[in-house]
Amino acid sequence: MQALLSGQGLVKSFGRLRAVDGVDIAVHPGEALGIVGPNGAGKTTLFGALAGAFPLSAGTIRLDGAAITALPAARRCALGIARTHQIPRPFLGLSVFENVQVAARAGGALDADASVGTAAGILSRTGLHDLANRPAGALGLLDRKRLELARALATQPRVLLLDEIGGGLTEAELEQLVALILGLKAQGLTIVWIEHILHALLQVIDRLVCMAQGRVLAEGAPQTVMADAQVRAAYLGSDPE
Amino acid sequence: MTEPHLLPMPKGDRRLILSAGALLILLALLPLVAPAQAIDKLTQLGIYVLLAVMWNLLAGYAGLVSVGQQAFVGLGGYAMVRLVEAGLGPFPALVLAPFLVALVAWPLAWFVLRLRLGEFAIAMWVIAEVFRGLVMFDPLVQGETGTSVLALNAIDADTRRLAIYLLSLVAASAALAGSFVLLRGRLGAEAQAIRDDEEAAASVGVSTFRVKRLIFVAAAAGCALAGTLWLASAITFQPRTGFGIQWTVFMLFMVLTGGLGTFLGPVVGAVLLMGLQEAFGDFGAWYLFGVGALSVAFALALPGGLVGLWSARRGREPLSMRRRLSAGEG
Repeated sequence: MQALLSGQGLVKSFGRLRAVDGVDIAVHPGEALGIVGPNGAGKTTLFGALAGAFPLSAGTIRLDGAAITALPAARRCALGIARTHQIPRPFLGLSVFENVQVAARAGGALDADASVGTAAGILSRTGLHDLANRPAGALGLLDRKRLELARALATQPRVLLLDEIGGGLTEAELEQLVALILGLKAQGLTIVWIEHILHALLQVIDRLVCMAQGRVLAEGAPQTVMADAQVRAAYLGSDPE
Repeated sequence: MTEPHLLPMPKGDRRLILSAGALLILLALLPLVAPAQAIDKLTQLGIYVLLAVMWNLLAGYAGLVSVGQQAFVGLGGYAMVRLVEAGLGPFPALVLAPFLVALVAWPLAWFVLRLRLGEFAIAMWVIAEVFRGLVMFDPLVQGETGTSVLALNAIDADTRRLAIYLLSLVAASAALAGSFVLLRGRLGAEAQAIRDDEEAAASVGVSTFRVKRLIFVAAAAGCALAGTLWLASAITFQPRTGFGIQWTVFMLFMVLTGGLGTFLGPVVGAVLLMGLQEAFGDFGAWYLFGVGALSVAFALALPGGLVGLWSARRGREPLSMRRRLSAGEG
């Protein structure tokens, strides 16, 4: 089966630091792929590279087999790649609704009328409906995280890149989030999820990648990867139990 | 429950627009009764409103803080001089010149819009100085001396005054109405998204360069129109005045005191500037110094300007660009 989104030989250097250092990665249609790894492993940089936030130092990114390495972020979004940011980046001067609507119109190519209904639906689904007309700048962290997700969904993605969307949530909020992401997966959305909260991640993903120092350390079935001695040393930093 | 929809414009805003329409008709009829001096002042006010709306569009809604918009004010005047020299009537030249300036701004956007924040601001200033220097090389302009659009003198003074007044009225209203429609549409939301976080805007599919370029070129043409209107009333074009930094000082003052990123801010600021000019204009350099100091004071103490103050008291910005969804509180 052809990968929906893939990267071959991805390298991103910042000066002498190779934040991403020769990564091969692929996610297949309908699949949920998890990414774990210690801080500084290059996970967020990898997302930036896939989404086109900056040019790569080397490597090729493909969507449906076609190279998209040279396309700017906005074009990739229009083709169906959406991401959330680890630290939420709402448009502070716009309302919650406007944040989502602008994404629906720009990335999702919806017309004015369709974007209103779509944005309203997504706001309900992400629990932001009652805050629709609030300025995004007035939101707390949890609601900003919800807004990140809502805005990404509004672009009508084919593949959703989630960057530590579960961090800082309570157990109950996490449960809601997992249910929401499972719902998206059931609808056929392809998901790549960077997350430190393993028990949440493991409820969703089909396959797991562990990164360390800009490279892929292990890849495969979640339980196999988590049992890998190298992974345990690099990521958990100690022996199991 | 009904389908989610956008709430209609608040009644207060609709009343405001109707009153503005009525005011416009009154202003158009004013020359029938008002003395020539008052008409000249209102012409100047129209030009100020036009300039302030353009700077607010750039800085307030798209985050493009330019301290070199005088590049386009001066270029507009110069283009008009050249068009008249080429045989065009002064009024067709006045209208056509801003389009020529837009043609210059279009490729320029490709260079300057790659720069961020302070770099962009300073680059614009440098470009204004470069334009001034180049224009001074034109034998027609003769360096600092400048040149006059003598064809304007061929027109009867009253007719000329009336024509320039009406043109300035039309230009200011069109700038307000045009930016209102533009900002309430998709482009306005995209521009504000870019202003708030350019990288995040790109990540949700906003073609950031295209949006910024459109606003940059529109603002260039608007400033050029202010330049040609100014030249039509002043008759003489001098590079030092046409490309003078005072244009940017005025634009900054009007937008900062009126309310950066508020729709009515530029209008309020323009009226305030006119008032100050009437009261203190004779103080020359000290007057300009005061205008600058007041801009800084507003930026520090009252960043929302006078309209921000008004909005805070009413709990809502008059003629806000905000689109509100039917359901949900707040």
